[in-house]
Amino acid sequence: MKLFTLDSVCKSFAAKTGNPTRVLNDVSFDVATGETLGLVGESGSGKSTIAKCMLKLLRPDSGSVVFDGIDVPNARGAELSRFRREVQLVFQDPYGSLNPRMTAGELIAEGLLVHGLEPNGAARRRQAQHLMGLVGLDPDNIDRYPNSFSGGQRQRIAIARALACRPRLLVCDEPVAALDVSVQAQVINLLQDMRAEFDLTVVFIAHDLAVVRHLCQRIIVLHRGEIVEQGSREEIFGNPRMPYTQSLLAAVPIPDPVLAQRRRTAVQEA
Amino acid sequence: MMMQPNPAGRPAPVPGEAPLLSVDNLCVSIRVDDRSVNIVDGVSFSIRRGERVALVGESGSGKSVTARALMRLERRMKATGSIVCDGRDILKLSDGEMRRVRGGTIGMVFQDPMSFLDPLRTIGDQIAETLRIRGVSRRDAERKALHILDELKVERAAERLTAYPHEFSGGMRQRVVLAMALIGDPRLLIADEPTTALDVRVQDQVLALLDEISRSRGLSVLFITHDLGIVAGFADRVMVMYAGSVVEDGDVYSTFAAPRHPYTRGLLDAVPRIDRDSDRLASIRGTPPHVFARPQGCPFHPRCDRAFERCVIERPVLRELGGMRVACHRPEPEAAR
Ligand SMILES: Nc1ncnc2c1ncn2[C@@H]1O[C@H](COP(=O)(O)OP(=O)(O)O)[C@@H](O)[C@H]1O
Ligand SMILES: Nc1ncnc2c1ncn2[C@@H]1O[C@H](COP(=O)(O)OP(=O)(O)O)[C@@H](O)[C@H]1O
Ligand SMILES: [Mg+2]
Ligand SMILES: [Mg+2]
Repeated sequence: MKLFTLDSVCKSFAAKTGNPTRVLNDVSFDVATGETLGLVGESGSGKSTIAKCMLKLLRPDSGSVVFDGIDVPNARGAELSRFRREVQLVFQDPYGSLNPRMTAGELIAEGLLVHGLEPNGAARRRQAQHLMGLVGLDPDNIDRYPNSFSGGQRQRIAIARALACRPRLLVCDEPVAALDVSVQAQVINLLQDMRAEFDLTVVFIAHDLAVVRHLCQRIIVLHRGEIVEQGSREEIFGNPRMPYTQSLLAAVPIPDPVLAQRRRTAVQEA
Repeated sequence: MMMQPNPAGRPAPVPGEAPLLSVDNLCVSIRVDDRSVNIVDGVSFSIRRGERVALVGESGSGKSVTARALMRLERRMKATGSIVCDGRDILKLSDGEMRRVRGGTIGMVFQDPMSFLDPLRTIGDQIAETLRIRGVSRRDAERKALHILDELKVERAAERLTAYPHEFSGGMRQRVVLAMALIGDPRLLIADEPTTALDVRVQDQVLALLDEISRSRGLSVLFITHDLGIVAGFADRVMVMYAGSVVEDGDVYSTFAAPRHPYTRGLLDAVPRIDRDSDRLASIRGTPPHVFARPQGCPFHPRCDRAFERCVIERPVLRELGGMRVACHRPEPEAAR
């Protein structure tokens, strides 16, 4: 079943001089219920712009964005409120995306308050503590502020916050790009656990193709605001058809000196 | 020691040849209140002529401070121990002599080229300046600048010399900074995360260039990165740093095949792979310690699955072990051969 659909989405931004620049050109794809969809591309390819259109943070110039029957750009009232509850975002920057003046508990429970899901303060606090435990944070730290947590812990707060309203779709925009490998692995594992625990559909945006291979069943490759190829994990990584995808994959370093040498020899011979 | 042909197929070490760089018990400290805190805590290593060594470790482990100390760029920190490069004791040179070492014997590139480039001057000017400081005439300096941009495969190099930094893409700027580091014909290039901010395809091009140039010039390279993929493809040897110390040092083949330090094993297991599917990543529990809160004993013990009583009390020293150097009381088993 299709949970989310983008159809022929175009978006331009005003340029300093001359014509507006086209950042998304005729982008169309579906997100099926229960899948994890990877969106990959180099910086400036339009990944975050797509995320913003999906989250109603930006309005497309043309084309449609539909979540479970809701016309996203035009959603109002009860529909908008359901949309805001059921679609959540986790950003890249664990430093910038959390309000520094709110405690971990307030940040995590904010959605429960805003959406009127839990009017009782003590109950909200209990739920925030429960979520902290789920994402691997010590619930005793509920009254601490974001800047007293490490980058990885802040990303756990952001994930707990996104999960509080029991969303159906989670959009993650480069959620591990700023983290060290050991912490990145912890957060990736957490996302996998939460995906199972909450039955989530996930749109995972990244420039790191290895992370995308690990997490995503289906992948969309973006280049200069256009989709160049989409397919299953097996298709994209096993048998990429487009030269652009091939060049992207060939450039990713392999952490194995023997394979790296083999690949270099193959390139030299070709 | 198992010596396999190194990745670039370059010459084997000459027995008895003095290393280009020898660092012995380097400590770099800052003063905090009345206390002195070692950011780099007793690091010893050497680099041979033409050898490419990767320095890896998570952020905050002290990689950049180590690199900058080699060039005496950390003015507010105190460095002790010894650094001998091409026969000269870096920590004993006068400021004037040190200025000639920078860009002369040792060249350096950083992650962010814009912090290094003057936005108001043409790049030709900036590349040539490195030589002009050394008394090279303007014409010769400009000729060499053109030549080095050619070597770095910058197209239409002559035109580019009159352009300003903002007119360049990230990859091009990194080539300009590389040109500035190489124009003085250094023996050692220190590259601190030079490709981290670049997209993979551009990164791949810059790495290929570095590979070619370091090989043709017999240049030694100290390459700092957190990307183990780059290490595997580029370096002959890898040093792993944790909490201010080198915890493992070995040739890339042995280290990747059978790391002996549990931290190195943890890092390698935590990396997702582009070349195969995986269900679950191994992860190292906890996070690297802050400089002011580094644990007693082995700095890695609170995160280590192999730790026992001794690790809590006694800091392990870096010692020879099967052709590698490892600082661990209970190393991982040797590779099955
Ligand atoms: N608010 C904006 N105004 C003008 N240009 C923008 C704006 N947001 C993004 N862009 C431009 O749109 C392009 C795509 O950006 P983005 O979606 O952030 O790419 P990605 O996330 O893939 O790196 C870039 O060239 C960027 O500079
Ligand atoms: N000028 C400074 N004053 C105080 N602390 C510093 C300074 N420079 C670096 N540090 C600290 O020293 C540690 C090592 O830093 P650095 O060498 O930059 O790490 P790496 O390059 O491995 O990420 C970090 O914890 C950093 O915060
Ligand atoms: Mg983005
Ligand atoms: Mg650094």
